[in-house]
Amino acid sequence: MTPAQPSGLRPDHGTERPVSGDPAVARPVLEEPDVGRALTRIAHEIVERNRGAGDVVVMGIPTRGVTLARRIRERIVAVEGVEVPVGSVDATMYRDDLRLRGVRPLEETEIPAGGIDGRVVVLVDDVLFSGRTVRAALDALSDLGRPRAVQLAVLIDRGHRELPIRADYVGKNLPTSLRETVHVLLRETDGRDGVLLGPADLGRPPTADTEEAAR
Amino acid sequence: MSAIRLPRHLLSAGDLSRDEALLVLDTAEELAQLADRPIKKLPTLRGRTVVNLFFEDSTRTRTSFEVAAKRLSADVINFSAKGSSVSKGESLKDTALTLEAMGADAVVCRHSASGAPHRLAHWIRGSVVNAGDGTHEHPTQALLDAFTMRRRMGRLEGLHVAVVGDVLHSRVARSNTLLLSTLGADVTLVAPPTLLPVGVDSWPCAVSYDLDSVLPKSDVVMMLRVQRERMHASFFPTTREYSRRYGLDARRMANLPDDAIVMHPGPMNRGVEIAAEVADSVRSTIVEQVANGVSVRMAVLYLLLGGALDEEVGA
Repeated sequence: MTPAQPSGLRPDHGTERPVSGDPAVARPVLEEPDVGRALTRIAHEIVERNRGAGDVVVMGIPTRGVTLARRIRERIVAVEGVEVPVGSVDATMYRDDLRLRGVRPLEETEIPAGGIDGRVVVLVDDVLFSGRTVRAALDALSDLGRPRAVQLAVLIDRGHRELPIRADYVGKNLPTSLRETVHVLLRETDGRDGVLLGPADLGRPPTADTEEAAR
Repeated sequence: MSAIRLPRHLLSAGDLSRDEALLVLDTAEELAQLADRPIKKLPTLRGRTVVNLFFEDSTRTRTSFEVAAKRLSADVINFSAKGSSVSKGESLKDTALTLEAMGADAVVCRHSASGAPHRLAHWIRGSVVNAGDGTHEHPTQALLDAFTMRRRMGRLEGLHVAVVGDVLHSRVARSNTLLLSTLGADVTLVAPPTLLPVGVDSWPCAVSYDLDSVLPKSDVVMMLRVQRERMHASFFPTTREYSRRYGLDARRMANLPDDAIVMHPGPMNRGVEIAAEVADSVRSTIVEQVANGVSVRMAVLYLLLGGALDEEVGA
């Protein structure tokens, strides 16, 4: 299986990004309708790839992944007319960077009523970066049950992977520099939908690890 | 994301701010789900060492801390005064330094002397968790009691809590009063005058000698054990008289509001402070309290040891 291409969106035309340390304000890369279209396409791709949605369980990684998971589930239900369970999996306790900073508060893990054993779990997160969060979420999932398969859907793939992990469904591939930040805004938590690309916080060392934590 | 951090040691329930206490309860709420899962273990504290240093007998607290630490994958060393160098006359300080040299990241300490964990906290680099010191404090018990109340009643703010019995010898009463007042509950201590400590008027609570007048307006009744092992004088004429005036039996329980709950930190003296029919009734949360104790202690250990420790910050 090849990684999904951002077929529903126009390819990134290589627009100029702020130079490192440039104090320019964050620039929108996806607007409200773009986010909606990307999620609709992902929902269709999930149904197509799994030949229906009968076995699919959508699990979001808190916090924005959970919101996205709910929206993707709504779209799958609208297309297929079958009930699709949705839940969340908090990867905090499985992270490999817990000891690099102060203790993190836990987020909610919600196992759908039917469990995940034998199901196809679609993990959902907002931004795929180093891949470390997804690695932790995979470990967390394996303690919750044994899915038949796990697939990964992300709204933004910004590159800079530090682990052999890739997404099956991508809203938009967004080439970035390590110094940039990607902010996903969602109506439920931020009042509006959109994706912003901004210069990194000054003084922060440019590694995927620390930047992922900053978002 | 909140940046609330617990103090390095958990010595007194009164040291916790409202936000810190709620962080522990919220964390425990997430960790409580673990009990329903096939794999009741998290990898979070791998490589951390927790020492249970118990100078006083204990079943539930020690096993509770042990289960909590093991569910978080920490290494646990159980150390009890019996059969250790303490019986050869080793001092608390030398014991502490020995444990420190073995690389303890946290020491869970129970001691018959009030203040022993405070002393310990000055001698070692790791975190010290007070698991009951003399007649002083037992902060994780107060946290698990608050957790149990919040789960059963849905709130803590404005809750009327009666703490009944041997307040004088009870570290549970003191810790609960401090924590519950921080969390906005109204606490009333109910005891005979002989079983109230000096200076109780300075505690953030009301005091009554009459159980029957307090019960009808209580959402929670917490019965305390009569601690005979700490009683070196006569505090009441007979057990029977104590039980008549301050014991909770079915007749008294009927005067409680419909949704009120009955708690007991254990171990119970059935027939003294609590009748068997009350302890086994649907209002009783005594077994729940034990289960919740594991979740709350996991939360405390995670919040103390889960992130960067002080010496690791800036590394």
